Amino acid sequence: MQKQQIMCKEIESFDFQSGGEASSNLKNILRKLGVNSDLVRKTSIVTYELEMNVVIHSLGGEITALISEEELEIRVDDVGPGIEDLDKAFTPGYSTASNEIREMGFGAGMGLVNVKRYADKLTIESSKENGTHVKVLIKLF
Amino acid sequence: MNLKELKTLLKADIIFEGQGYSDDFEILNACGADLMSDVLAFSNEKTLLLTGLTNPQVVRTAEMVGIKIIVFVRGKDPQIETVALANQLDIFLYSTAKPLFEACGILYKYGIGPEEMNYIEPPNI
Ligand SMILES: Nc1ncnc2c1ncn2[C@@H]1O[C@H](COP(=O)(O)OP(=O)(O)OP(=O)(O)O)[C@@H](O)[C@H]1O
Ligand SMILES: [Mg+2]
Repeated sequence: MQKQQIMCKEIESFDFQSGGEASSNLKNILRKLGVNSDLVRKTSIVTYELEMNVVIHSLGGEITALISEEELEIRVDDVGPGIEDLDKAFTPGYSTASNEIREMGFGAGMGLVNVKRYADKLTIESSKENGTHVKVLIKLF
Repeated sequence: MNLKELKTLLKADIIFEGQGYSDDFEILNACGADLMSDVLAFSNEKTLLLTGLTNPQVVRTAEMVGIKIIVFVRGKDPQIETVALANQLDIFLYSTAKPLFEACGILYKYGIGPEEMNYIEPPNI
């Protein structure tokens, strides 16, 4: 099935001012496309958690969204430093966030757990050399 | 409970009220949280968020889950950027001197019930 790209945005490391704009952008695009509000909400949560992970934990990256009749595909790619232990990263409560980040309300260690819950399919690859690459599929029906 | 009653009960100060403000705006449900991921874990759309966080990301988080009203507790004043973003997204902001627990307790007492958060298995300790 042919997928059409509907968004591609750069995400900068530690940019808390614009962090979340890509997710906000995608939310508006999906609304305009007439995607049902539950699915928009699901997608917003997933993209926002992943976007803020790039802001907080990586050196920068980008977020791409593609759509077909059947599904939505969200790709979040960053340039590193990668996730050392993926099993740990998906454990509820596990976080390496600093105190400064925690004071802002992040670092509960629940982000990836949330993503996994709302994604219909999740694939993640991560290494020190190539960074972290997340692909999420959300079924539109 | 409507918005006017909410403001009275919490003795709330108005920080920003946008377009479409109405005393009769119905508060269907609420959540209290100081962690972004907790707000994002609620399974149903919420009307109101009570929080001690004041940075712009709290407004972003609210936007993602469709929250329309944020009440800052313990008399905290949000950053300028936070108010600016709320303005842009038409999310209403209030502040109350009451701490989170008490503010939630008052709303609970006056009829705003709990709603289930998606249950997450606690880690084995
Ligand atoms: N893009 C990334 N690059 C490097 N490390 C990451 C990335 N995303 C997640 N991690 C690592 O995985 C851990 C768990 O991520 P998760 O999103 O679940 O929690 P968190 O971001 O620490 O807190 P929360 O999302 O609840 O605010 C992070 O603390 C971090 O160590
Ligand atoms: Mg996270």
